Amino acid sequence: MTSQGAVTAADPGAAVTRRADARRVTGRSGGTGRPGRDRTRKRLEILFFVAPALALMALFVVYPVFSAARMSFYRWKGFGPMVDFVGLQNYVRVLADDVFTDAVVHNFIIVFASILVQLPLGLALALLLNRRIRGRGLLRTIIFVPYVLAEVIAGVVWFQLLQPRSGLLETMLTSVGFPVPEQGFLGTPDLALVTVFVVLTWKYLGLAVLLFLAGLQGVPDELHEAAQLDGASWWQVQRRIAVPLLAPTIRTWVFLSMIGSLQLFDMVWILTGGGPANATTTMATYLVSQGTQRSNFGIAGAASVVLFLIGFAMAVAYQFLVLRRDTKDA
Amino acid sequence: MAGRARTYGRGGPLVYLVALAVVALTLGPVLYGALGGFRSNEQLARDPAGLPDPWLLRNYEGVLGNPEFWRYALNSTVVALITTVVAVLAGVMAAYPLARYQFRFREPLFLVFVLGLLFPAAVAIVPLFILVTRDLQLGNTWWGIALPQAAFALPTTVVILRPFLMALPKEVEEAAMIDGASRIGIFWRMALPLSMPGLVTVGVLAFVASWNAYLLPLLLLQGDMRTLPLGVADYSTEHSADTAGVLAFTTIAMIPALMLFLAMQRRIVSGLQGAVKG
Repeated sequence: MTSQGAVTAADPGAAVTRRADARRVTGRSGGTGRPGRDRTRKRLEILFFVAPALALMALFVVYPVFSAARMSFYRWKGFGPMVDFVGLQNYVRVLADDVFTDAVVHNFIIVFASILVQLPLGLALALLLNRRIRGRGLLRTIIFVPYVLAEVIAGVVWFQLLQPRSGLLETMLTSVGFPVPEQGFLGTPDLALVTVFVVLTWKYLGLAVLLFLAGLQGVPDELHEAAQLDGASWWQVQRRIAVPLLAPTIRTWVFLSMIGSLQLFDMVWILTGGGPANATTTMATYLVSQGTQRSNFGIAGAASVVLFLIGFAMAVAYQFLVLRRDTKDA
Repeated sequence: MAGRARTYGRGGPLVYLVALAVVALTLGPVLYGALGGFRSNEQLARDPAGLPDPWLLRNYEGVLGNPEFWRYALNSTVVALITTVVAVLAGVMAAYPLARYQFRFREPLFLVFVLGLLFPAAVAIVPLFILVTRDLQLGNTWWGIALPQAAFALPTTVVILRPFLMALPKEVEEAAMIDGASRIGIFWRMALPLSMPGLVTVGVLAFVASWNAYLLPLLLLQGDMRTLPLGVADYSTEHSADTAGVLAFTTIAMIPALMLFLAMQRRIVSGLQGAVKG
């Protein structure tokens, strides 16, 4: 019975049936003779349930974002009223600033590198760990450890590991004759972003693995056993059964990863502060350094709006092109 | 045939080798930090890859005897608890109608939360700072940091909980309705307990996100109100010459989040499955 529940959960057709049933239930309770009153009551209930969340989001998420947008049209140093209206001048300055356009490029490099590297790696590890090997539980625990650590804490440890010359990594590489860069991995402009990405992969691979493993557990043992009886090899089972059933989880992970990469801040701030020579700036580090260190609130506002628009466009596109499949009947 | 059945789904030597490499790469940096804390700076400089010789406790004793460390830990704990309670309660309430009601604006409303995933704290950080410190007068307080964090945790909470609530068997609701229960009664007495694994999952995620948060505390909290990540970052820049001390401080700061995860691991994994056993 348990496994049957899991099959229906993984089968979109069954989910549609279930929703249709739910609709029938609602329909019946709405048909008891007082449709108007029931509708008002239903609206009040919905309002009651969503009001706290919407209020929090409105006050602490939406209002500040609009506020940032308003700020982007003024020259403002944070003191006194916002009166020096400059139109689109801040946007012109931001978009003409090589530091910012490079930051956008860095964000996109991280977005695509994450998908191209972490997805196959995470999938491979999840399939590996889903086998009945000894110590599997312990292995799962260990692989998730970096994700649980704060980015700051992981960053501080990696910063020590990556110290030029005296750090553990360079010492080990030198001892096996591997050439190390003169300025260290974080100090060399061409290598810094790659190094940050490696540390990010170390930090976030565990989440991908855990999500994929959870998805794989929705694949009932009976399916594996049936496939096995039919003479399917382990690889065939993974390719034809496990991975296709995992597709919704993969699509969700890609979405989360994309958004996380666009918002990258903590790790860069700790490891490089955006340097060397702005080689690792991201949109977030740019707007924080403009806003809080130089008090160019107008410039920070314009950069915020650009970051928001890029993220918004990517998310909407992804929602319509890819995720729509998962939610279209919802 | 018998041989194949025995090895099916199990790993060969290669699988174990890969697993071992993964463990080494994953735990290496963490162990380096923990072991480094038992060494002196002189030991670290002489041989970065060596083991503690002799093992020194003074770095860890220094951290545990540091009242600032305990102050940071208290701040982190209280802020994370407030964030978690607010985010989970408001989140499950919002997810419930989005999962179990049919209404015209349901999908647009859900999209509001999905889009909320896109509002990084960074986008709104300066206005948020002004709002919390000047307008709400909550600057440098526990609530001043917890409420915005809960708001930013809400989208994830709602997005994870909705499919969870959708998967609850309709029979439960149906039976309760026939017995005359109200929707709010069903929510409190049925949906909430039945989705407990999901609530634990989003609760742990919200707690860990708050515990680990850096950017918002960086702008909102100073001095005595700082949380552990701020404390670690500041300690490592202020004592950059004392590598062993920094590693000890960092290692101890890791422990609470790790313990929470170890304690809750089963619930997180089962919660992520998002299915009700029946």
